[in-house]
Amino acid sequence: MSGFSRLAGFAACTRRRWSIFFVLVILPVSLLACDSQPESINPGRASDIPATSWPASFDIGRKATRSEIVAWDIDVNPDGQGLPEGSGTATSGAKTYASKCAACHGADGEGGVADRLVGREVGADFPFGRSYSSLSKKTIGTYWPYASTLFDYTNRAMPQDAPGSLTSDEVYGVVAFLLFKNDIISGDFVVNADTLHLVEMPARNRFVEDDRHGSSEVR
Amino acid sequence: MFGSLAAFGSTVFKSAADAETTPSAGGVASADPTKVPGRLPSALGQRSAFENPGRILKTPALSGSSRTPLEALNGNLTPADLHFERHHAGIPNIDPDNYKLLIHGMVERPMAFSLADLKRFPATTRTCFIECAGNGDIGLDRSNIPDKVTPGQIDGLLSTSEWVGVALSTLFREVGIKAKASWFLAEGGDAAVMTRSVPCSKGWDDAMIAYCQNGEAIRPEQGYPARLLLPGWEGAMQIKWLRRMEFADRPFMSREETSHYTDPLPDDTARIFSFEMDAKSIITFPAYPNRLPNKGWWEISGLAWSGRGSITAVEISTDKGKTWQPAQLQRPVLSKCTTRFRHLWNWTGEETFLMSRAIDETGYVQPTLQQFIAARGPGTIYHTNCIRPWKVNRQGEVTFGLTEVV
Ligand code: HEC
Repeated sequence: MSGFSRLAGFAACTRRRWSIFFVLVILPVSLLACDSQPESINPGRASDIPATSWPASFDIGRKATRSEIVAWDIDVNPDGQGLPEGSGTATSGAKTYASKCAACHGADGEGGVADRLVGREVGADFPFGRSYSSLSKKTIGTYWPYASTLFDYTNRAMPQDAPGSLTSDEVYGVVAFLLFKNDIISGDFVVNADTLHLVEMPARNRFVEDDRHGSSEVR
Repeated sequence: MFGSLAAFGSTVFKSAADAETTPSAGGVASADPTKVPGRLPSALGQRSAFENPGRILKTPALSGSSRTPLEALNGNLTPADLHFERHHAGIPNIDPDNYKLLIHGMVERPMAFSLADLKRFPATTRTCFIECAGNGDIGLDRSNIPDKVTPGQIDGLLSTSEWVGVALSTLFREVGIKAKASWFLAEGGDAAVMTRSVPCSKGWDDAMIAYCQNGEAIRPEQGYPARLLLPGWEGAMQIKWLRRMEFADRPFMSREETSHYTDPLPDDTARIFSFEMDAKSIITFPAYPNRLPNKGWWEISGLAWSGRGSITAVEISTDKGKTWQPAQLQRPVLSKCTTRFRHLWNWTGEETFLMSRAIDETGYVQPTLQQFIAARGPGTIYHTNCIRPWKVNRQGEVTFGLTEVV
């Protein structure tokens, strides 16, 4: 590593536009001086140009307009933030699902050329880390911690052959349909911007933070 | 493969020598290249017709990937056209003149940047690997560990490039990240509008937005015209075709960080936001489908890498893990980058197993499959980094030896 930090230090020195002559004469000294700089985590940046000599702003780019942000800001969050107007139920969603999703995911969400979406044979249990074969039982009902993710993902990426083609009501409908098929909501539950975040997913409390944190221990 | 230039060469320089050719591995050589003028300069170079490396394609699926043929490479860098691919709804075709990066949410100044804007900022360079979190899961379905698999088939969702771009911290300063902001959503401009949540701390640390790969514009497969680069972290977060970044005080819980890219543990929980790639290595020669024609001196060679920093050592066992010797590391050894290793081996001609294990700057030692499963349980598919043994039989045939090493 010391060889490498030496190189990074050398690059930093040459970037300061000293004359070649100066660099050649001062090189051994400057290498020492630069070596004593704290080694940057990103060997390209911090040692290249000290950020302190930068202007507060480069004045590059432009202010984003309200309308261009609204046009692209489609993400939906666990608290329901970002959900559009509209609503749907399992009944309204069943029709959309049959015509726009079933071909790839199976008539009842059992899976086909694309992922399985429905199934609760593990109940409220979470056995996925216990055996490799149980991974095939991962579904929205058994594995997904947030209902908002289902809206967000369907809205942005599905149906895969025509992404972004569903109306908000259609997305709400298939979301309701898939939650109903997974025994999470009842058939008459109206999914909309006020109710989706109330849906409690069976796997909601199963997720834990990464505890590897760079120690030498295998985890 | 040679196209019009080859046709040009053969008509202009038609000669007796050219007529006597020796075909070999797809190429046709002059009988005596010193007796016939060669091909003239061309706008674009091409590989020797005798070299035909290619990405390893999975059977066509709706959601695609291809792997780098690690066995075809040497040194440290991955040629851009052999960089692995993983995308969820195909490769978008983006006009660089219409490209826009939108930054908003918990920032002082919501802003839009063109590609020219991004390139005008002070540039930064980083040579590092990108590895898919699902790379190398081959040993986990223990009922089905194959033996006739190449290094690329095992670990080819790994590639190394020199990237040029703008440090994320430079843009953070420009838009003024609010003190409350702790995460940002990175969103791609592909048909999956792929999203991941990234902690702001990574942006202040070493993240960047890359627009160059190995000296030229980034390839469409790798995110043209601009992608997120998070050195050492799982590939899926390094959003390609990056179009939007939204800052918030909590993660967004997208599909790719909940339903996928989480790691079930044996205590009925699952690890979420497991970003770092653990230390790992694989011998790329000798490996399946090589056959060593005779005993004697052979140089074992491969790649080691860690998302936590630099590789400090690679150890080689040529006796099925009984004894270990340090391998030579190719310099420079870079942080969060692959490191080529080599080790001279005098094969006696007896059956044996070759193994490599990487050690990184945190002291972490690449585990065996047994150690890995003891720590992680049998239900993990992402972040698999156990030792990859190769079996050499007395005929010199090399096969993947994971099933036979305990
Ligand atoms: C042309 C085939 C196709 C159609 C039609 C389709 N999907 Fe998908 N779907 C896929 C594929 C492929 C994936 C996996 C994508 C990936 O992993 O990148 C997927 C993934 C999903 C997932 C995530 C599954 C998981 O476990 O993470 C959901 C939810 C989903 N689709 C819902 C829908 C809904 C709702 C519809 C109808 C509106 C639909 N899909 C229509 C192909 C399709």
